[in-house]
Amino acid sequence: MMNRSSLSTILLFLFFSASSAEHNARTERISGSAGDVLEDNPVGRLKVYVYELPSKYNKKLLQKDPRCLTHMFAAEIFMHRFLLSSPVRTRNPNEADWFYTPIYPTCDLTPTGLPLPFKSPRMMRSAIQLISSNWPYWNRTEGADHFFVVPHDFGACFHYQEEKAIERGILPLLKRATLVQTFGQRNHVCLDHGSITIPPFAPPQKMQAHLIPPDIPRSIFVYFRGLFYDVNNDPEGGYYARGARAAVWENFKNNPLFDISTDHPTTYYEDMQRSIFCLCPLGWAPWSPRLVEAVVFGCIPVIIADDIVLPFADAIPWEEIGVFVAEKDVPELDTILTSIPTEVILRKQRLLANPSMKRAMLFPQPAQPGDAFHQILNGLARKLPHDRSIYLREGEKVLNWTAGPVGDLKPW
Amino acid sequence: MKLSALHQSYLNRRRSPLDSSADASSKSFLAVFWLVLHCLCCLISLLLGFRFSRLVFFFLVSTPSSTNLYSPPFRPDLPPPRTDLNPHNATAVEAKTSSSSSRVVVGRHGILIRPWPHPDPVEVMKAHRIIERVQREQKAVFGSGGKSSRAVIAVTPTYARTFQALHLNGVMHSLMLAPYDVVWIVVEAGGASNETASIIAKSGVRTIHVGFDQRMPNTWEDRGKVEVLMRLRALRVVKEEKLDGVVMFADDSNMHSMEFFDEIQNVKWFGAVSVGILAHSGNAEEMVMSMDKRREMEKEESSSLSSLPVQGPACNATDKLIGWHVFNTLPYAGKSAVYIDDVAAVLPQKLEWCGFVLNSRILWDEAESKPEWVKEFGLLNENEGVESPLSLLNDPSMVEPLGSCGRQVLLWWLRVEARADSKFPPGWVIDPPLEITVAAKRTPWPDVPPEPPTKKKDQMSLSQGNNVVVIPKQQQQQQQQRSSKVRKPKRRSKRNKHEAKPTDTTTQVSSSTKHHQERN
Repeated sequence: MMNRSSLSTILLFLFFSASSAEHNARTERISGSAGDVLEDNPVGRLKVYVYELPSKYNKKLLQKDPRCLTHMFAAEIFMHRFLLSSPVRTRNPNEADWFYTPIYPTCDLTPTGLPLPFKSPRMMRSAIQLISSNWPYWNRTEGADHFFVVPHDFGACFHYQEEKAIERGILPLLKRATLVQTFGQRNHVCLDHGSITIPPFAPPQKMQAHLIPPDIPRSIFVYFRGLFYDVNNDPEGGYYARGARAAVWENFKNNPLFDISTDHPTTYYEDMQRSIFCLCPLGWAPWSPRLVEAVVFGCIPVIIADDIVLPFADAIPWEEIGVFVAEKDVPELDTILTSIPTEVILRKQRLLANPSMKRAMLFPQPAQPGDAFHQILNGLARKLPHDRSIYLREGEKVLNWTAGPVGDLKPW
Repeated sequence: MKLSALHQSYLNRRRSPLDSSADASSKSFLAVFWLVLHCLCCLISLLLGFRFSRLVFFFLVSTPSSTNLYSPPFRPDLPPPRTDLNPHNATAVEAKTSSSSSRVVVGRHGILIRPWPHPDPVEVMKAHRIIERVQREQKAVFGSGGKSSRAVIAVTPTYARTFQALHLNGVMHSLMLAPYDVVWIVVEAGGASNETASIIAKSGVRTIHVGFDQRMPNTWEDRGKVEVLMRLRALRVVKEEKLDGVVMFADDSNMHSMEFFDEIQNVKWFGAVSVGILAHSGNAEEMVMSMDKRREMEKEESSSLSSLPVQGPACNATDKLIGWHVFNTLPYAGKSAVYIDDVAAVLPQKLEWCGFVLNSRILWDEAESKPEWVKEFGLLNENEGVESPLSLLNDPSMVEPLGSCGRQVLLWWLRVEARADSKFPPGWVIDPPLEITVAAKRTPWPDVPPEPPTKKKDQMSLSQGNNVVVIPKQQQQQQQQRSSKVRKPKRRSKRNKHEAKPTDTTTQVSSSTKHHQERN
């Protein structure tokens, strides 16, 4: 009896290892520092309570400007919609592990579509005042078991200029909350220690529509489309991208291996699928949707942004997938890329071909297992259970409600 | 995303709450003052060409720090960076960063350019090797539906003769280029010789060189029979060694396309492809006459004959095999070549072996999942006259048509040979070098042989007409072969120590070959 059962388990094991070995010829499993967590299912591991805020914080803003749904900060809106219909949502706040505030601070757009962050601190403050006065859960922990989605340039620093953002720092009221943001840079004021970095929003249907067959040979060595100099905002040069993009242009504009220009071709997505390396240099902020596009199209991302923290850094081992180049090494970029051994390049392509990798970078409508929404929930679940010390005693106050620039204190 | 205009308006909005306590008159005065200041700043910025508000800020607000955190390296074509700007920004950043100091500083950085911003050829080569390796991997993983590819077993009957090197190199290069494992079985009539062995040793693929005892006869018909026996000999090797893969018949004078190798991977047991027949060898008159006749036939029948005769499977509208296209020998009745050096069209058999491919398991002994419509290969009696590979089957209707049901021509059949008594240097190496040397510029004979006038007229009409028949280069080669004495001075002149201008001879030679092609 024992022999038969052990024999069957051995056979099962062999079968699975054989099938996974075949699978490995094309892709490889991805396991980051937190383990093999990309395919974890968050359902059942955490409960999220969604506050009911008046629609002036969310729906009215969207009605005023529906462009908020398609720009790269749309993650905040889609996260709200996902949570409303997700099985992790609970209507009983007493059993919730995490609390979510549906507020769209980035949905205040200029005529050209760029978000203005000037009112966002006030909006956030007013929302927090609302939830702290209507529900007891904020005061219980001063927001330590609340999370907010702040996908703007510098996260909860709420400014597009880096000096100004650093000056402001993270909004004082959000100091204890968990921030889900796209911005990530080590040793930076605007990245709090417990934050979860997420990829910027890239439209999944648009990208799926431009897929080409995978046997079309990759013939472009390095590909990049975008600005190198921002003449409107940085006329003298040297500020935009800390000079890194300009260095790429000046050093490699004559190099036939580098297909770089400022064009806006209609075949942008198809060209990425015909390239081996795609440059993802920093702009005014270190992150960009190019990373998501490169991952979806199987092009190895070359990340030129010092100290950047990439999305889901604990779940995805980015050093094994992408190539990191220091900004000071940009003039030697061609030497760096050609000296990577071909086995390493093929391994990176196999990792990129893993469908769970591509799924984790996207925000599909409706949500699918393994997508970015689920990775965010996985990240939140990994932070559970909450430490007992976050629960404050009666009357204890940690946050300073009057900190920050005077202009923020005005009601919204 | 910096919006300078909105930035200014924001500054305005920031400052106005501070002044809300002052009375109305001072408020308006301040507003006017700021307006004037703004206009002044804008004008100065226009003149200078950059926003100098940071400079002003620096002079008004902070004290310069002694340490300069980031000194940008030299960039020749930009104006030298304002070093005073950097300390200001660095101090501002330093003052505000409460956490551990970051080595990434906000502010103006230099644009690093290396001294010679041009591609390095060694690196370009490395990059191309990387690209090639990636593409090969792509093909292996994604190409042909990602199925594991089977080995290609090529069967080539050959024998040592003048054109052997020409033909065998062609087949060899095709096999070397095929992105699959190749086993090349070369059966040589007259026994395995060093000539053949030295040619196929350069292939780099696995070769099996088999000697066949009979010598190759001189008539095309007998040759066909001997070739069949040689092929069966090779198939016996496949059976004995239990080689696994797809067996294809690569006659040494045929031409294969790369798609052929991709397509035959799809065969399950026994497949057939369409073969283009290049039957026109021999002199131009024959060609012209046959062309005219065919054109007449076409006009009469008004049928949709393709200009290139094709042998292969015929399918009905639902892509099922219903018959075979065979070569129409009627136009050539009585005018086809009999001996191998006849100046006439060489005709193929009804169904050439090269158009068939089979799974090597058909030939194996143990009938493990071998379909019952396949004859047992071991029991085949060769003396009964095996004409085409269909004799290996009990039921020829089970043949799979390949290449979108025979619509794609994937290889071309051709037979061209030199005269039976033609001589060639063994291994095509002239050793020791020839003794007679002639000065390159003063050869007693012209490099371009003079044209007989009659031939020119016929060939002119040929080029005007619908020239779909490939006038093969063997015509040139045959002439070259016959006038081999003319060709040898080319070699002589190369070794000639007295040659004054080697370039002239080469240009003369190239112009003569161009002239050849123009004639054709």
